Amino acid sequence: MTEGKYEIIENTKIAADVFKMHLSGDTSALTRPGQFVNIKITGYFLRRPISVCDYDGTGMTLIYKTVGGGTEKLSEMPAGHTLDLLVGLGNGYDTSRSSSAPLLIGGGVGVPPLYGLAKLLLSEGKKVTVLLGFNRKEEIFLDDDFRKLGAEVHITTADGSVGTKGFVTDAMNGISYTYFYTCGPMPMMRAIAKCAKTQGQYSFEERMGCGFGACMGCSCKTMFGTKKVCTDGPVFESEEIIWQT
Amino acid sequence: MADLSVMLSGIKLDNPIIPASGTFGYGREFSELYDINILGSFSFKGTTKEERFGNPTPRIADTPSGMINSVGLQNPGIDKVINEELPRLKKTFKKPLIANIGGFSVEEYAYCAQRLNTEDQVGIIEVNISCPNVHGGGMGFGTSASSAAAVTKAVRSATKKPVYIKLSPNVTDICEIAKACEAEGADGISLINTLLGMRIDLRTKKPVIANKLGGLSGPAIFPVALGMVYRVYDAVNIPIMGMGGVSSAKDVIEMMLAGASAVQIGAENLVNPYACRNIINELPEVCERYGIKKISEITGGAH
Repeated sequence: MTEGKYEIIENTKIAADVFKMHLSGDTSALTRPGQFVNIKITGYFLRRPISVCDYDGTGMTLIYKTVGGGTEKLSEMPAGHTLDLLVGLGNGYDTSRSSSAPLLIGGGVGVPPLYGLAKLLLSEGKKVTVLLGFNRKEEIFLDDDFRKLGAEVHITTADGSVGTKGFVTDAMNGISYTYFYTCGPMPMMRAIAKCAKTQGQYSFEERMGCGFGACMGCSCKTMFGTKKVCTDGPVFESEEIIWQT
Repeated sequence: MADLSVMLSGIKLDNPIIPASGTFGYGREFSELYDINILGSFSFKGTTKEERFGNPTPRIADTPSGMINSVGLQNPGIDKVINEELPRLKKTFKKPLIANIGGFSVEEYAYCAQRLNTEDQVGIIEVNISCPNVHGGGMGFGTSASSAAAVTKAVRSATKKPVYIKLSPNVTDICEIAKACEAEGADGISLINTLLGMRIDLRTKKPVIANKLGGLSGPAIFPVALGMVYRVYDAVNIPIMGMGGVSSAKDVIEMMLAGASAVQIGAENLVNPYACRNIINELPEVCERYGIKKISEITGGAH
């Protein structure tokens, strides 16, 4: 983990309530897709954890949804503004288990970390299929970016305005895959756990105090004992997850 | 340069800065960020006889100038702390530690204190009778003078180490409880623990915290803590470790002027992992600005 100042290069709305922010600064603490940063927002005590969508040697892209006062304030910050970030938090996705044809399943604001993951898997020569679930057409984002990378993209919408009508689980059975990675709302991930044909990795969200393992605010029970979502996760393998009802 | 050293029950600390229990784990996360030997000491995560998972999540909520937590004394239990955490910590932290213990009965407090009595690394035992997040324990003991006295008496006879009782602000008269602890042989008082509070999620229209209520900490409670330290300083003749929303070197000075001999930093560590290091670095300059040559001499100076 590192702490540092990052300059906002771009902060624009890309879908309903969804913003894309590009930050320039040190990314050396980022080692895997699926890690997150914790952002200090003036006027709010706790930092806001946001997953990293993509990064390179000079900066990173975050895609976030406005869900409350903190993220709304973040969405109003102009280019040139500087933010204080804790960077390189969490374990991130492990691509070594993906085998030849991984499926990436994203729901809503859970989609962004899968972008960096798709990029890495494709660079490793894997055949990547992406399945994205949204409620309606106006909420869809990143689909073209995945296509440009060279991934096969399937979309489901709850209202049927684009792609398959229904949820990601309604489209999963028609896709062949060797392993899967997912990030999205808990009901979606729980449904995936019931119908998945292979093992996979899930990225979880939890309210956090610190994001670096000190406060024990985000603890969860796993098959291998108590773990922290912030440092042992946010990515957990299907074999270790206990699905609470 | 100002002399930052302070004395706590015969133990000399290089400076008065002590990360508060529950915000610093067992030191591991922070020792990867900076050399934690610069600290005066630190108070480790509240430890109970048995391992505890703690409360259901969500356990954390943001508040104006602060946060609410309802972790519920998650800890690996006294055996693992003594057998695994302390030996690991010994390699990175060379100073006397503050061992924070929790409990659900007078016997449990005494048991934990007795187990820690033979641990060389432990300088002070801090007894948490004020956790607002565990039903039937913790705060229960801290809300009446008689039960606070009973815990103090039991812990006092279980260990030879200095015993500090950590008090709850969620009481009618904190001075009465502090006096009861002093009368039963407490070597010092730690205050304050968190204030009971709540946030409600407007989307779900339900409390954010799974346990509904939690403990409020952070800068929002600093004036409350300062007022209570000031009052307890007048009520007892034993040292006070002051805490509650302290987030800067200036806050440390204020807390000591109110009556604290040493100062604990809590919630600030969670949002600024370098908070204690920064405060220690800033203290000499702040002391100089306010004409303080020896920081230990300002304790209670506002009275």
